Amino acid sequence: MNGERKAKLIGGYPAAMRESIKKVEATRKQRLQDGPPAPMSAVQREEVLREWHPDYKADKKRDLLVGPSKGARMPHEVADLLEAYPLVDSREIDLSKPNLDVQVLILGGGGAASVAALFAQYEGIPTDDILMVTKLRHGDCNSIMAQGGIQAADREPDSPAIHYLDVLGGGHYTNRPELVRALVTDGPMMIDWHEKLGALYDKVDGRYLEAHGGGTSRMRMHSAKDYTGMELMRVLRDEVRNVGIPVLEFAPAVELLLDETGNAAGAILFNLETEEHMVVRARATVLATGGFGRLHIQGYPTTNHYGATADGLILAYRAGAQIIDMDSVQYHPTGVAYPAAILGQLATEKLRNQGAEPVNANGEAFVYPLEPRDVEAAAIIRECYGRDNGMTTPSEIRGVWLDTPMIDAIHGAGTLKSRLAAMWMMWNRHGIDITADPALVFPTLHYQNGGVQIDAYGQTDVPGLFAGGEVAGGVHGKNRLMGNSLLDYNVFGRRAGISAATWAKDHAAQGLSLKHVDAYVDGLKAAGVEPTRKAPMILPDYRREAVRTRRLDVL
Amino acid sequence: MDDGKMTQIYIMGKAYDVPAGITIMDAMEYAGYRFTRGAGCRSGFCGACGTVYRKDGEYRLEFALACQEMVEEGMHLTQLPFTPAPRVSYVLDELDPYENVLLQFYPEIARCVSCNTCTKACPQDIEVMDYIQAALRGDLARVAELSFDCIQCGLCAMRCPADIKHYHVAQMARRLHGVSASPEPEHLTARLQELDAGAHTAELDELVNMDVDGLKARYATRKVETASEEAS
Repeated sequence: MNGERKAKLIGGYPAAMRESIKKVEATRKQRLQDGPPAPMSAVQREEVLREWHPDYKADKKRDLLVGPSKGARMPHEVADLLEAYPLVDSREIDLSKPNLDVQVLILGGGGAASVAALFAQYEGIPTDDILMVTKLRHGDCNSIMAQGGIQAADREPDSPAIHYLDVLGGGHYTNRPELVRALVTDGPMMIDWHEKLGALYDKVDGRYLEAHGGGTSRMRMHSAKDYTGMELMRVLRDEVRNVGIPVLEFAPAVELLLDETGNAAGAILFNLETEEHMVVRARATVLATGGFGRLHIQGYPTTNHYGATADGLILAYRAGAQIIDMDSVQYHPTGVAYPAAILGQLATEKLRNQGAEPVNANGEAFVYPLEPRDVEAAAIIRECYGRDNGMTTPSEIRGVWLDTPMIDAIHGAGTLKSRLAAMWMMWNRHGIDITADPALVFPTLHYQNGGVQIDAYGQTDVPGLFAGGEVAGGVHGKNRLMGNSLLDYNVFGRRAGISAATWAKDHAAQGLSLKHVDAYVDGLKAAGVEPTRKAPMILPDYRREAVRTRRLDVL
Repeated sequence: MDDGKMTQIYIMGKAYDVPAGITIMDAMEYAGYRFTRGAGCRSGFCGACGTVYRKDGEYRLEFALACQEMVEEGMHLTQLPFTPAPRVSYVLDELDPYENVLLQFYPEIARCVSCNTCTKACPQDIEVMDYIQAALRGDLARVAELSFDCIQCGLCAMRCPADIKHYHVAQMARRLHGVSASPEPEHLTARLQELDAGAHTAELDELVNMDVDGLKARYATRKVETASEEAS
């Protein structure tokens, strides 16, 4: 970082990087004429994935020792949390007098949670009988950070079946068919709902401005500039507030509760500010706690929000829910590689669907810009580390150029600033004008492809426990396509909310229990897991080592 | 950090040496803070980390997102992660966009003295005062356009001498504009009717029941639409 500060910067870049930018500029006109490199064949895709995608490194994973999905392979960082002891001692919790009693408890404060809450209310659950609880604030989530768009097959040349095929092909045919069917079939309906809530999608002459995403065969990416996730999230949050659904913030769940029949029956919450716990009894519980980016799998930086620590996954697993496809991690092809102060933050795929192409340090295009994400990411890693054609920054980070000035060259001056306002601002804060200069990028940890197993109605293996959004698995198989996560949280947030409301109408929790946690602890001991780790993580700890080692817990 | 170049900042009046060239958020964590409030998306989209600071020798307060702004020598800072700014609930379908509902729901916008303090406080460089003026005129389209990049951090409302809750006004205006001025595209309506009529069911049944080899063959030969087709 200091390397960057000491060097004299020209338009935000040091002289050594400027030399490489000249090479990118020198080939731009020809590249614009020639069009992008051809897409890879199925064989070429498999080859680059096998050799260069981080998921294919065998030593970075292990088989899980305990629980309902014992033997499943997953990254060490995830296994470490699943093979960990509870934060609370079940003997110290009095379950006989719940602090709160509701019909539908929703864990999470992001997109899936908000959609679930609204649809539970539409299904007739009184607002005061719904409770959203979240670790940070309502809207502190990955949903709000999604930039590029949301897929839905609503144009004439498109169809849900074509969308289905794109999703399956992108996911290497490992997706659960009934979940993908729900995803693509409900897509247009969710866009319609957003319209009725007053969300502002980009339109031209009364039609949506729709574009391709990596691995799509039809243009079906709806956007709201490059604030798509934020526009949807702030509208949904506003509507949750209009309806009056209570939201308890800074109160993450630290354990799920079951009743004596084994049905989900609420949760134990932890107030992050007062440090007290609270017992919430619920007839139905919805898990909408998001993904795991802040586990920094294989040391990667992440695009994810501060609270993305897989808490819900851990809790559901202890309660008996199976988890699937946890061996697969999504690395977004284009995270920021320079400047170091914003390393790993998202450079939206929309930059590429608007015409920016990845270019190596010599100014050569080397990959079709809109391959599925895992393939695109692997190709960029290969270019940097296999072919040694990356640009190395003063902080010793390697990356490739994303040739952003191509966007205005293709669509006309002013396009980038109007369609990609957030991206322009992000780099401009560091003195870089991406309408004039390319941006340096490298893959960054982005999404939990797998998760808690659900059926098409959001039902997990635990009766009364429903899930939707990033915490759930099966929709995307081993690789998600751009624009299907916003769609996922809408489709499965809705389905989980409706299912929970339906369940709550004729089930009452009978006697709260933490016996499942005790049994899980017995399983850990039997497997020889040392009691050194506790979970859920709640928040990552980014304090510097020197401070952490000198810390005293005296208050 | 390799050559250890450090810079001194003041967090709530207390001096800390932190590495030069990092964000305020990273600097606070380096100093030893572990956030519960004041950190959200860490990418400039959620508005959790609104921060005010004054630099040595300068009289002005400046405003930033801690996750986006770099530390500078002699920066005196504190975070304002929460703004007590009440919003008014409404039923979107019952509002008349041709009445000035913004003024009815938020009458304090009439107290705007055009001081422009809100605009100066905005870390997103939004022309906040201009959209409040548009709100006064009932110009929903203009409010929606000017306020679109708002991340609702609340710094405008915290600074306003007229106690306007700008970001709530803008949120209401955008949604009202969305339902009133921008009709639903016909192609979406048509697709919904097809889905209702079951027009896509058979095709999906076939794919859901197809084996992987069949799907692979179908995928490999699928036609990829080009951008020029949409233009025509």
